[in-house]
Amino acid sequence: MNISLVGVGGQGILLTSEILSRTAALAGMDVKKSEIHGMAQRGGSVISQVRFGARVFSPIIINGMSDILVAFEKTEALRWRPLLKAGGKALVNNQEILPITVSSGQQPAVENPDSKLGEFFGDSLSTINAAALSSEAGNPRTANMVIAGALSTLTPFTADLWHEAMAGRIPAKLLDVNLKAFEAGRAAISAP
Amino acid sequence: MEHKVLLSANEAVAQAAYHAGCTVAAAYPGTPSTEVMENIAKLKDAIRCEWSVNEKVAAEVAIGASLAGARTLVAMKHVGLNVAMDPIMTFTFVGAVGGMVVIVADDPGMHSSQNEQDSRVLAKFARVPVFEPSDSQEAYDMTHAAFDLSEQFEVPVFIRLTTRTSHASTLVNIDPDAPRKEVVSKGYTKDIIRNVAVPAYARPMRARVEKRTEALRNFAANSEFNRVEKGDNHLGFVTAGISYQYVKEVFPEFSVLKLGLSNPLPVETIRNFAATVDRLVVVEELDPLLEEQIRAAGIAVVDVKTPLRMMELNPMRITALRQELLGDATPPPVQSTLDGLPNRPPVLCAGCSHRGVFYILAKLKATVAGDIGCYTLGAFAPLSAMDTTICMGASIGSALGMEKAGMDGRIAAVIGDSTFLHSGITGLLNVAYNRGTITTVILDNSITAMTGHQKNPGSGTTITGAETVTIDIAAICRAVGIKRVCEVDAYNLAELERVLKEELDAPEASVVIAKGPCVIATKANVGATPYVVDPNKCTACGLCFKLGCPAILRGEAVGKRFKSAIDPAACIGCDQCRQVCKFNAISPRS
Ligand SMILES: Cc1ncc(C[n+]2csc(CCOP(=O)(O)OP(=O)(O)O)c2C)c(N)n1
Ligand code: SF4
Ligand code: SF4
Repeated sequence: MNISLVGVGGQGILLTSEILSRTAALAGMDVKKSEIHGMAQRGGSVISQVRFGARVFSPIIINGMSDILVAFEKTEALRWRPLLKAGGKALVNNQEILPITVSSGQQPAVENPDSKLGEFFGDSLSTINAAALSSEAGNPRTANMVIAGALSTLTPFTADLWHEAMAGRIPAKLLDVNLKAFEAGRAAISAP
Repeated sequence: MEHKVLLSANEAVAQAAYHAGCTVAAAYPGTPSTEVMENIAKLKDAIRCEWSVNEKVAAEVAIGASLAGARTLVAMKHVGLNVAMDPIMTFTFVGAVGGMVVIVADDPGMHSSQNEQDSRVLAKFARVPVFEPSDSQEAYDMTHAAFDLSEQFEVPVFIRLTTRTSHASTLVNIDPDAPRKEVVSKGYTKDIIRNVAVPAYARPMRARVEKRTEALRNFAANSEFNRVEKGDNHLGFVTAGISYQYVKEVFPEFSVLKLGLSNPLPVETIRNFAATVDRLVVVEELDPLLEEQIRAAGIAVVDVKTPLRMMELNPMRITALRQELLGDATPPPVQSTLDGLPNRPPVLCAGCSHRGVFYILAKLKATVAGDIGCYTLGAFAPLSAMDTTICMGASIGSALGMEKAGMDGRIAAVIGDSTFLHSGITGLLNVAYNRGTITTVILDNSITAMTGHQKNPGSGTTITGAETVTIDIAAICRAVGIKRVCEVDAYNLAELERVLKEELDAPEASVVIAKGPCVIATKANVGATPYVVDPNKCTACGLCFKLGCPAILRGEAVGKRFKSAIDPAACIGCDQCRQVCKFNAISPRS
């Protein structure tokens, strides 16, 4: 299975992709994770790709080969659609972070991104409001785990396995609030 | 107990260095190599490690450690190897005592680099063995093997990583609790004939290098890292490094000769493999280094038309190769992206201390020879205040060259603190000595920010957190002969303007050190009081937009112009926009 995670620096993409990779490893699969994050700190795009299965060769997922596109930000979902295979699922966080080119007026913002997302991804689109759900769960900084929870429903792994991967990576004192956020994301996507 | 852990190749190298008994490690940061040393630093009790001031010094530290009998590692990015080549080129003559491993990480496709170059070419030039791992397991195993090989043949050994191995995590079978290999230091033996490269002693060394290269070629021919994976023999692939993974992905059914130890090239192994397949194809990332050697040995190689010679390879490009060779490849259908999407370029952080200097230099219409660091972002709109960028340290020499060419107007060199200490000092010495009149602006944020905030000699602590001297940059500038040296608060725009104007117009060489800590490194961005724009005072003049601060947003439209507004979540209250505003419209939130 091929999963691409895209967004903007500071959104917690790398932690999410690491937990996804660890979950796949716990499931006994071969797994590779590759990322480009050089400019993350300075507001640039971040992309992380995770592939797992019986045997994985290339760490890179090419255009048209992602089973799932997880976008932490709406403009990035539109930008990276070419990665998604025909019929693949798009999981999009309902957040828009304006790039400097827009806030400084050099380029226009995307007009009505929500309808563009609908047009682009149709039935394969799931959206999630990670900011709201993470605040409800107790800490707005766990928005990435809300997204991980939503993503978990699209993967072949049990919630228990995801929990185990999270426990192996997240400091004990923050684990509970992260698990709560994860469950909130899971519930939000399962509910029709 | 052995078990599988997910590691990047950078992490795997660090683990292996520890397990293989490495005791001295030196590096200068550079993407994608940086995490090698960052992970070694976690093992600081076992490995003496340092951020050296540049790659040449790092290599020299490793050379000394090797001559003293210790196992040692040095790490750098591809362009860092250019800097380190001088000592390496002669140390290959002298030869290692304790195992010396050189980690060099290439960046095909230039994700975070100023150029693209294939370090294997320099390894061949230096006549040193090269390992090319294709995943983290191999990075781990090859690092072990490289230490052994280095001692067996008395030669520094290269491990060539690339972005897609350095920054990809794959499963590695290791026992993290395994005891560290007890490598007894060989100790130091004084041996002038062996260790002093003067012509009389270097000539016999030269002959030994050639003999060693042939011995290494034989070794490579029998190495377990050079292996044939038999398959359909209509096609046979010779490949190395990450390219192997793409070949296996796209041509799973065909025979492959995987070269893990690719220099010196085991030509006879390739000849034997070629004899077992109908057509031989070479797939390698960047330069046709293997292919040219194979052809030179008279072995027939398919003349591939698919362009694979520059930029990063990926399964898509190898699929194009399959289409060329077999005509049976169907690339997956690809859906379009949205036309006219706004770009998301990196920008200087909100409140970055570099911003004001560029704002003022643009205002003073200076020609700016730039350098490499976060501050290179000053080249982009709306600041657009950097005219050139070449390599680390090049700003000062090239600014002097502009002056000597008779260019009109104000000429400045702009360079960061880490870059100045890396390779700017000699350039400045040259300006003083050769009577230049340019102004060198040193952006001193006391950290190596671009590559992830590593300590440098201006930081006051070492890689391990130990306290150390804090280098006095102003004193260095005076010591190399610059008389006009001053320090300015990088956030005081009026003072910056006054000083820069005065120094740029002065008839002799000068240095302006703009001081302001990196706000990310000092976490000044956390919990700061943001500024606000009073919409009643803002006249939509647009001046503050020229700072290019990502926290300054477009507010209410006034005709074709816009008032400004500040994003309170992004603003760190650096005060620069308040100073720029002529209408007192900006102030700290009360
Ligand atoms: C020879 C070489 N080594 C390493 C690098 C990677 N690199 C790019 S910029 C930089 C450091 C910049 O630090 P500094 O000059 O202090 O500027 P800052 O990023 O802090 O603004 C490094 C290490 C490089 N480009 N070239
Ligand atoms: S990381 Fe530091 S030096 Fe780099 S742009 Fe941000 S504030 Fe400036
Ligand atoms: S004070 Fe002004 S320039 Fe500084 S971070 Fe805030 S908005 Fe940006």
